[in-house]
Amino acid sequence: MTTELLRDTVVLSQRCLRHVLRSPDTIITTAVTPIAMLLLFVYVFGGAIEVGGGDYVDYLLPGILLITVASGVSYTAFRLFTDVSGGLFERFQSMPIARSAVLWGHVLTSLVANLVSVALVVLVAVAMGFRSGAGVLAWLAVLGLVVLFTLALTWLAVIPGLTARSVDGVSGFSYPLIFLPFISSAFVPTEGMPAPVEWFAEHQPVTSIVDTIRNLFAAQPVGATGWVALAWCVGLLVVAHTLAMATYRRRTT
Amino acid sequence: MTTTPAIEITGLTKSYGDHVVLAGVDLTVPVGAVVALLGSNGAGKTTVVRILATLLRADGGTAAVHGHDVASRPQEVRESISLTGQFAAVDEVLTGRENLVLVATLRHLPDPRGIAEDLLARFALTEAAGRRVATYSGGMRRRLDIAMSLIGDPPVLFLDEPTTGLDPQSRIEVWRTVRELADGGTTVLLTTQYLDEAEQLADRIAILHGGRIIADGTLDELERLLPPATVEYVEKRPTLEEIFLAIVGDRPDRPDRPDRPSQTDRPDRAGGAR
Ligand SMILES: Nc1ncnc2c1ncn2[C@@H]1O[C@H](COP(=O)(O)OP(=O)(O)OP(=O)(O)O)[C@@H](O)[C@H]1O
Ligand SMILES: [Mg+2]
Repeated sequence: MTTELLRDTVVLSQRCLRHVLRSPDTIITTAVTPIAMLLLFVYVFGGAIEVGGGDYVDYLLPGILLITVASGVSYTAFRLFTDVSGGLFERFQSMPIARSAVLWGHVLTSLVANLVSVALVVLVAVAMGFRSGAGVLAWLAVLGLVVLFTLALTWLAVIPGLTARSVDGVSGFSYPLIFLPFISSAFVPTEGMPAPVEWFAEHQPVTSIVDTIRNLFAAQPVGATGWVALAWCVGLLVVAHTLAMATYRRRTT
Repeated sequence: MTTTPAIEITGLTKSYGDHVVLAGVDLTVPVGAVVALLGSNGAGKTTVVRILATLLRADGGTAAVHGHDVASRPQEVRESISLTGQFAAVDEVLTGRENLVLVATLRHLPDPRGIAEDLLARFALTEAAGRRVATYSGGMRRRLDIAMSLIGDPPVLFLDEPTTGLDPQSRIEVWRTVRELADGGTTVLLTTQYLDEAEQLADRIAILHGGRIIADGTLDELERLLPPATVEYVEKRPTLEEIFLAIVGDRPDRPDRPDRPSQTDRPDRAGGAR
């Protein structure tokens, strides 16, 4: 059963990746908005933002990476929605395959596509002067957090992908995800925010993840925040996966 | 020779909320038979097919394919069936060939490419094989859709309105394929709104109306259901349409069939209650 799931997942991931390769604009579009934000905030607002020493691009990049993922997963929802509304999903479900491979194919493809977009954004940031003193382990830790965050958001994206009635419904879900980093330490330190906003910013997942990635890039100790970030990522992943699978089971027999 | 029927449905029920769609459907399809399930729009034909294809759970009753209960042994059922849904289920981004190779690979068959080439030739798609399906006409899509369903030679085939939206030539093409399959021993359950299609293809015809199979038999047997008075006045053999209308009776409210529902209108795709 497990080897079959693996085998079918590989086949269906290849299919999904082919979709991505045939519309590379989805990867570009995913990267373009965060890159535009990067440019806007570094070159337009950056001079006016006080982050306490260091280059603003170094400060900004972690949050921008999360925004990249948040907007990228909407394509995952869209591709799944297309399968469901076009009947391919049901075709696969009526075939003698490991059924959940249909979802896993989309999830793995989402991971790959988002990591490519994230890499593009990092390259642009480097061109803009981003520098990191992080060693291999720190980079791996960043990668690990981004992978967990992407998987969590991808499973979240599976839900509208399975249930949406229209394309608009599919893309709508990602707006709040993209907005969340704005009320966090991603763009400016939370200390300057009004008390209730600061409280929210300090207690939502983005801040701890952003702070952790920032410290990893700066080769600083991550401390307890690192564990908070990891807990958020794993917790979100578990919740999103559970909800997505419940939706999936309700959607199928 | 096996005595287990290919499809056996007993007392099948299904409702959406208050809306009773299937109110106790009984139907037996012998191995190797071609049975047409006739019914007006909304009669529940697709619902029956989706239950048989393990895509939808019935509320009550039982359904078995090749002796496997669809509810408790779905994976065995999937091993022996193939579904061509009411709307062509093809991957628009892939080419026709890639679609076929994909299904053959998922079915773990040796030489997926060879299988694809054979089917492409058989369905007159060789020329378009390297093109993305998004560029195909409705008829080409449907042919590809059916070709995808034939991969792996499943012994039981469900065809949900296989020729809706096809031009006459493609329709004849599909009919020919169904006859070939039947000659090869495949059991076919097809739903249709076209009475001539049922007449042309089916060994047996089952009429689904008001949530039940109200008539089931060969064309000859169904003919006998006509009121004798009517039979006396017809010179030639009555068409199935006449039989259908006579049995169903209440026809004036028959809704017009929309050309093709838009994606968001598809109740069986979009999920959730309407
Ligand atoms: N998911 C759903 N939620 C609510 N009602 C549904 C759902 N799916 C189907 N129905 C209803 O069930 C009834 C039977 O639908 P079904 O698709 O089985 O009919 P059909 O015989 O295939 O019709 P058609 O000829 O139009 O394809 C219809 O009235 C339809 O509106
Ligand atoms: Mg139907």
